[in-house]
Formats: sequence, structure tokens, C-alpha cells
Amino acid sequence: MHTLFYILAATALVAGALVVFQTHPLRSALWLIVNFFAVAGLYLLANAEFIAAIQIIVYAGAIMVLFLFVIMLLNLRQPEEPSPMPALGTKILAVSLAVTTGFLMIYGFKKAVLIPVRAGAPGLGNTESVARLLFTDYLLPFEVTSVLLLVAIVGAVVLSKSRLK
Amino acid sequence: MAVPLEFYLGLSVALFALGAIGVLIRRNILIILMCIEMMLNAVNLAFIGFADAFKAVDGQMFVFFVMTVAAAEVAVGLALVVAIFRNRATVSVDDLNLMKW
Repeated sequence: MHTLFYILAATALVAGALVVFQTHPLRSALWLIVNFFAVAGLYLLANAEFIAAIQIIVYAGAIMVLFLFVIMLLNLRQPEEPSPMPALGTKILAVSLAVTTGFLMIYGFKKAVLIPVRAGAPGLGNTESVARLLFTDYLLPFEVTSVLLLVAIVGAVVLSKSRLK
Repeated sequence: MAVPLEFYLGLSVALFALGAIGVLIRRNILIILMCIEMMLNAVNLAFIGFADAFKAVDGQMFVFFVMTVAAAEVAVGLALVVAIFRNRATVSVDDLNLMKW
């Protein structure tokens, strides 16, 4: 169990680093798919089968296909120029901010106490309990989600029309 | 023997930091969008870790909603990128300074 976690975590981290440091966006997108699959494996490890399936279908399927489609549509040839080096004051400020944030985070984790909340209903499979909760306690957010998706569809269509009248 | 919660939180922090570094240092707007996706994924991982540790399904519901918002965000964001590319023929955020004072 732990070995599997280490393998998947290392895959996710290496793929994530390659997403950030690749020069061409197409390669970044392909490494991001590897990252999403590794994270889906971690979801399976944490007993979230439904979310793992959704992760592969929605993220690695739909979203990344959209990304690859746009990258190939734009057909970028020129490589990205390196950004100019920041001034010394900016560098010092950035490093001190990062160190402060790191210390605050470690301090917060050390002080944190985990309080168990309500336990899941026993005797239910994962997908079944997710569905039960989705259509009872979370019914209103679930319906609002469909409105959000409708707004996104309309927005995307309006933005991709070449001329507004 | 389940994986302890701290492992999930540590990996989540590391992935979120990677995504934040990408957003800060990259100039290609497509890669910045991908790094935002990676940060959302890192948060989802923390939610799933908590859901597993507390044996509560509520954390998985939040991941479900985050994924929906991410899908909507990508659709609108990529439509914006295509519209910007049509007008300015660039995807570099350094060249998009129209709203800068």
C-alpha cells in the first residue's frame, strides 16, 4: 500500500515538474495527462473509486482534449522567450516571503488537531453513498452546478464568435 | 494498512507549490492555465485525503464540485485564449498589457 503510494506520488511530482519546465505547451499538456492519471491512482488508493473515474473521464479525457485541440489550433511556432531577471530587491522580497510562508505552514501543521466529523453511512458502496449524498444534502449545489455549466457553454460560444452584433 | 493523512497533505502541498511556481515563472498563457488545473488537482487530493481519514463522503462531494468548476473555467478560459490570439496573434502574457496602467 505504501509502496504504491510512493510510486504514484513520485510519478505525479515528476510529471508536474515536467509540465512546468517544458518549453513547448504540447509536451506540457501530455505530461499533465500523466500527472492526472497518477492522481487518479491516488484517489483509488484513498477509497474514492467514483472520483477516480470522474478524474480520468473529465480531466484526462475532456479537459485535456480541449487543451490539445486549442494548442494545435493556434499552431505556435516561436519558442517562448525567457523572462527578464528581476531586480535584487524583488529577489530578496520573494525569498523572504517564501521562507515566511513555509514557516507559517509548518507551524500551522504542528498546531493542527484533527477532529473527527460525522462518519460515513456503514454498509454502502462508495458510488452508492456518493449518489445518496448528492441527491439529498447536496441537491441544491448540484442543481446550481448545471446552471454554471450552461453559463460556461453560452460564454464559450459568445467568445468564439468572430463578430458580435 | 491505510496511507496516513500527512502523506496526502504533503503531496498536495508539493503539487500546489509546483503549480504556483508555474503560474509565476511561465509566460505562455496555455501553460499558466495548465498550472492552475494542477493547483486545483492538488486541492482535490487534500479533500480526498481528508475524506478517507474521516471516513466521510462529504470531502468527495467537494471534489465533484471543484471538478465541475474547473471544467467550466477551462472552457471559458480557452475561448478567451483563442479570442486573444485572433486579435493580437500572441499567447504571451507579457504582450497583453492593454489593461496595465
